[in-house]
Amino acid sequence: MRDLLKQTPSQTVGPYFAYGLTARQYGYPNSQIADGTLADETVSGTRIRILGCVFDGEDAPIPDAMVEIWQADSEGRYAHPADGRGSNTGFRGFGRQGTGTDSRNRFLFDTVKPGPVGGEAAPHINVILFMRGLLSHAYTRIYFADESARNAADPVLASVPAERRATLLAQPDPSMPGLYRWDIRMQGERETVFFDL
Amino acid sequence: MSDTAGGRDWQSHPPYLFADYRSTALRAPTRPLIPIKHCLSEMTGPVYGHEAVAPLDADLTRNARRNGEPLGERIIVTGRVLDEEGRPVRDTLIEVWQANAAGRYVHLTDRHDAPLDPNFLGAGRCVTDEKGRYRFYTIKPGAYPWANHANAWRPLHIHFSLLGPSIAARLVTQMYFPGDPLLAYDPIYLGAPEGARERLVSRFDLAMTEPDFALGYVFDMVLRGRGETPFESRV
Repeated sequence: MRDLLKQTPSQTVGPYFAYGLTARQYGYPNSQIADGTLADETVSGTRIRILGCVFDGEDAPIPDAMVEIWQADSEGRYAHPADGRGSNTGFRGFGRQGTGTDSRNRFLFDTVKPGPVGGEAAPHINVILFMRGLLSHAYTRIYFADESARNAADPVLASVPAERRATLLAQPDPSMPGLYRWDIRMQGERETVFFDL
Repeated sequence: MSDTAGGRDWQSHPPYLFADYRSTALRAPTRPLIPIKHCLSEMTGPVYGHEAVAPLDADLTRNARRNGEPLGERIIVTGRVLDEEGRPVRDTLIEVWQANAAGRYVHLTDRHDAPLDPNFLGAGRCVTDEKGRYRFYTIKPGAYPWANHANAWRPLHIHFSLLGPSIAARLVTQMYFPGDPLLAYDPIYLGAPEGARERLVSRFDLAMTEPDFALGYVFDMVLRGRGETPFESRV
């Protein structure tokens, strides 16, 4: 085996990431590369909104987390050269939101529902979570509760203990078409499943 | 799935729970992480290249000027981004943010009683070149107090965010300065394992220093590798 170079250690994003990574959202004068709106009306697919909160071990909403999402387009294609299935619908697939601008510290993503990316994978959104107090970022996934047949065949969901799978399911909210609720819990009985990628 | 490269090396990264860093107590996941077999979802990631960077984005000494130059010591921060196998990580977006020379962040909730600098924002971006190189001009950040423990001070540091070639390679970290006496007391720095945390300390380099202008610091970073298995077989 060849000697590998050693990975640079992760460090916390800290409490002051806002003007560096999410400047526009927080009202700073500089720009940001991505925000909570992944898809405008020109992007094809079923429009969805993901709304949620990040809770700490005392069930308090975390006001200084940053949530990033990465997803395929409505056809299940990623806007990345490693996805060799031709060009995607023009949808970039990346969103980033801090939890410090909503009065209830929620994050909100307006996007399209991803298609299945291939194999037996059910439609899902990849999530990367950063915050003060998190020295290494955490990975999780959003699946959709109204995709029970595909979810049942998904190998990643199958690798999660059955009693914890619900933490990965975004629930449709009947108050608005396309609205899904999905919270992240860092600890406790309903601690969200985090993955070792 | 590759076992030789591409996994998150927990010998290098800090644990979630690190008692000396108090904020980890209620925020650290407590259950074991569930291993995931890499498929397209993990082997792809957001692509932001040169179009995401404006000409002054990599010069923090100029990108927020209003009526003059920012105060403090001008520095150059440069280095290479490689993967574990030593290959350059090309065209990857780096975002940086930092305190000003007085140890004050522009962030609205930073209440540290040190002056803001009207000519310094402390945020910038750049993209690595074909050899994985990057380069920023900035002002050496100051130390600042924080509430973690009695008389707690953060060492001088610059925050780095790298998108990397895939979400599995995503990295957010902090660069420190050589010889900083505060490193020995900082639970964030010390949260990274011994033998790994030293990689977070930049080195002063006279060759990177621009005469009569700015001192040069070199900070190389290593992201997770891709592994060798073609991704098609792993979908």
